Amino acid sequence: MYKSWWKILGAVLVVYSTIAGFLASVPALPILHQSIRNLYFHVPMWFSMIVLFSVSVYHSIKYLSNNNEEHDMKAVQSVNAGVLFGILGIITGAIWAKFTWGQAWSFDVKQNFAAIALLLYFAYLVLRNAIDEDQKRAKIAAIYNIFAFPMMVVLLFVLPRLSDSLHPGNGGNPGFNAYDLDSHMRMVFYPACLGWILIGYWIYTLLFRVSAIEKNKTV
Amino acid sequence: MQLIKEVKFLIGKELLLEWRSKYALNGVVLYVVSTVFVCFLSFVSLRGVTWNALFWIIMLFASINAVSKSFLQESKGRQLYIYTIASPLALIISKTIYNIFLMLLLTLIALGFYTLVFDYVPEDMGLYLVATVLGSLSFSTIFTMISAIASKAGNGGMLMAILSFPVIIPVITVLIKLSKNAIDGLDRSVSLDEIGILLIINVLVAVFSLMLFPYLWRD
Repeated sequence: MYKSWWKILGAVLVVYSTIAGFLASVPALPILHQSIRNLYFHVPMWFSMIVLFSVSVYHSIKYLSNNNEEHDMKAVQSVNAGVLFGILGIITGAIWAKFTWGQAWSFDVKQNFAAIALLLYFAYLVLRNAIDEDQKRAKIAAIYNIFAFPMMVVLLFVLPRLSDSLHPGNGGNPGFNAYDLDSHMRMVFYPACLGWILIGYWIYTLLFRVSAIEKNKTV
Repeated sequence: MQLIKEVKFLIGKELLLEWRSKYALNGVVLYVVSTVFVCFLSFVSLRGVTWNALFWIIMLFASINAVSKSFLQESKGRQLYIYTIASPLALIISKTIYNIFLMLLLTLIALGFYTLVFDYVPEDMGLYLVATVLGSLSFSTIFTMISAIASKAGNGGMLMAILSFPVIIPVITVLIKLSKNAIDGLDRSVSLDEIGILLIINVLVAVFSLMLFPYLWRD
């Protein structure tokens, strides 16, 4: 029990942020109205994705330095979990855009680059499928993973700032901290981020354990 | 010092091989020239944005063809031979430098022929040249590393395209923006951001290639 405190914390925080996210008061604003609540669901997805991809890069580096198969499995499973969160991030963003921008996919730079960043990781998964030999696959995939990570950072954090975007916090649009004058939203937003990151990490450990059991069965 | 000697020797080897067969250069130049000609026959007259976009699309495919040869073409035996006589760092540096020269030559020939055929010159030709130089630099650094990964995976052209497109898309978007500024003849100070981003991406890719290639090379 004492070892799984972070799982309980994650579950409690996600439940709290979901309930409070729908029921707590939000500032009344034109255009945004109640859709500002998407902040509690959309943004944590991206944070969780970044954390999971960073975990994956960490294990890829570990794999290259000591060639332990376990690190390769951890790297691929955290990418799997991260991709799941990325897809959820894109979907929640598209639903929000449908109501505030009038169109689910308006080819906004932020949307395009997020989609391309996910393509990088789909390419990583395709690369893994293309190689039959286990150790070779692990090594080449680790190298591509480390190579792709800085590109993803450039795609998500640098390039959108270069051009106009409708996304809050970009292109001269105010981010949520401009609306959150009495810190009500922060009380929900920060726990939501932490909760979803913990849940994401939990999903990744589960995926890893399943794949480790499957691996032992076949040997 | 040993490294510089090895790099010089390997570049010499590449040039000698190229000079003997003249296959890569002639093939790719013919590829570019015929593509430009096909585009001319189908568009007849082109201006501004479309002219620019078409140029970069032609260059993208030409450079994939040109640079992917660097590793995919080497036979297993020759790779083993180079492995015994040179350090991996010397190999990746020499291949990248050789590819940069090849791409610069190719891009200049392509740009010359392209402006000639379509009878259209961008407002700010100097800035456009800077964009093409930066473009060939980025194409060669990125594609050299990716072709090394693809050749190790032993699954040639298909994998090359899947792995490189997500990485090259951000570069292409910045390049198109930069060259669009040149076409419109905007003041050069406007384009400093894009030039900076391209240089940063190049440095990032170069550093990661140098760090990762020794692991990739060792079988």
